[in-house]
Amino acid sequence: MTPIMFLQHLANGISLGSLYALIAIGYTMVYGILRLINFAHGDIFMMATYFAFFGVFFGLPWYIAFPITIILTVLLGMGVELTAYRSLRDAPKISIMISAIGASFLLENLAIVIFGGRPKAFPTEEIFTKVVHVGDIAVQRLTFIIPVVTAILLIMLSYLINKTKTGMAMRAVSKDHETARLMGINIDRTISTTFAIGSALAAIGGIMWGLKFPQIQPLMGVMPGLKCFIAAVIGGIGSITGAVIGGFFLGVSEIMLVAFFQSMTGYRDAFAFIILIIVLLFKPTGIMGEKISEKV
Amino acid sequence: MRKRDYYLTGVTLIILAIFLYIADMYFDAYIVRILNLCAIYTILGLSMNLINGFTGLFSLGHAGFMAIGAYTTAILTLSVDAKAQNFFMEPIIAPLANVEWPFFPALLLAGILSALVGFLIGAPALRLKGDYLAIATLGFAEIIRVIFTNTQNITNGALGLKRIPPYTNLWWSYGIAVFTIAIMVLLINSSYGRAFKAIREDEIAAESMGINLFKHKVMSFTIGAFFAGIGGGLLGNLLGTIDPAMFKFTLTFNILLIIVLGGMGSITGTVISAFLVTISLEALRFLDQPINLGFFVIPGVAGMRMVVFSVLLMIVVLFYRHGLMGNKEFNWDKFLQVIKFKKPLLKGGKN
Repeated sequence: MTPIMFLQHLANGISLGSLYALIAIGYTMVYGILRLINFAHGDIFMMATYFAFFGVFFGLPWYIAFPITIILTVLLGMGVELTAYRSLRDAPKISIMISAIGASFLLENLAIVIFGGRPKAFPTEEIFTKVVHVGDIAVQRLTFIIPVVTAILLIMLSYLINKTKTGMAMRAVSKDHETARLMGINIDRTISTTFAIGSALAAIGGIMWGLKFPQIQPLMGVMPGLKCFIAAVIGGIGSITGAVIGGFFLGVSEIMLVAFFQSMTGYRDAFAFIILIIVLLFKPTGIMGEKISEKV
Repeated sequence: MRKRDYYLTGVTLIILAIFLYIADMYFDAYIVRILNLCAIYTILGLSMNLINGFTGLFSLGHAGFMAIGAYTTAILTLSVDAKAQNFFMEPIIAPLANVEWPFFPALLLAGILSALVGFLIGAPALRLKGDYLAIATLGFAEIIRVIFTNTQNITNGALGLKRIPPYTNLWWSYGIAVFTIAIMVLLINSSYGRAFKAIREDEIAAESMGINLFKHKVMSFTIGAFFAGIGGGLLGNLLGTIDPAMFKFTLTFNILLIIVLGGMGSITGTVISAFLVTISLEALRFLDQPINLGFFVIPGVAGMRMVVFSVLLMIVVLFYRHGLMGNKEFNWDKFLQVIKFKKPLLKGGKN
């Protein structure tokens, strides 16, 4: 392993990690506010790549197709919340989780029916995929664009959550629904906003994922979805900083595992789960999570 | 149970046996296969309902246990020359290459191995609660699948196993299904069963009443894994070919659909909905094919069937949360009343 190759792998790992981080934020925000694993999040991400694909496919230039994709995905995310989660807000947890799994399967199968099961080639935009040389490292321009976009989005998100009224409402609702309602916060609207933000991030992640791995198919959301949830758990679910740390950690270590131990390539998908189980057993609250004690 | 109920149950079993005999002799292979699948899904549904419905542990690892069961039975029952044919990429490791067991011990070992793995997974994972447990068990199932894909010289990797002897017949599948139902009924009505239900209702209250949470959770999980392994073994020897891609989360989803539809926490509900879901999974195959309405042909779309089932699951969860049976069970008194159209006696014996 030469230092050049190491840097190349590191660059790849960081850009994969940024994508994981973007999607993991969606999980962690929803979990923070509803205490629910949004199983459908990975499939919302998948739908986003399809929207982008069809946008470009129908001849729209990328700078129009991608914003439309984000809007459609946001609507989809809010739609999922409205139909699958809202009426179950006071139901037992197990029902909500089954509903989430149902929503996820529905999206996957709808995608198979509407878009066909065969993989499609995501359009490559020259402006993103051009190979650039930095010293001796040859990487796609995208490898640098992804972390930069992620960083900008994270700054915007942290401003939104910490400085605006909407963000304050979200933090309040995640602490205590009832008290937040008494303070005049519209719970339904706040939860809807949370899903909208999560879906928007998933959409941007999905577009960049499509550009980076240009083969899309209806079940592509399952594995990234699970891995990003794992990233959120590693970082401490409910914490946005944690999700970002977890995403980067998982992305970089996955790439490094494949790079250093060629023979382990087949176990790549199991690796994330093994990390998950280790984290859950020794520090279930993750890196940044707070300990929640049970009230009787 | 009263004496009359014993007789009625006995008569029902005899009728079932006669039906199976007729089905075995005269029904065509396709229908027999569906009947087999119904019984296997009953076993799988019951084993998952024990963990999820009765003990309230949301576990999503069922496909993993089934994979262990299916592979154990398949490897043990494959004939020696079929093994040589299957493992052309890399020969199977030495002691397994020359074994050829009869069906029953292979199935039993499948259950025991699966239970053992269930115990090993359960012991650490059951410290977790709610969605953490769900995601950890899902992770374990996924790890099992990835391991099976990569151990070329034991499981033949992604190529899967073919020419598994078709030992599963109606007698095996229904025999084991009836046995499973009996065990579940006995278990649920025992002190262990009451402890399971207490844990489901409220862990803290159960613990303060002196129930050993950990012991009972692991026990429920291990028993569930045992029957899942046996169900998997029956399934493998029914289908004749297995490969790791079969045991994805979709399989767990199908069983989850069965227990949710039947009612989490009802044995009767699980049995009814195992039949309903399996038969309608087959009956709705026409949705994937072109439909001719005379003046207009709807082109067939592969996957439409699963859309219908996902929608069905969501409708059940959103509007009929208790499923078909809730947590009620079948009993003869009620059944006889229904067929005699008799109103139940009011208080004081007046009709």
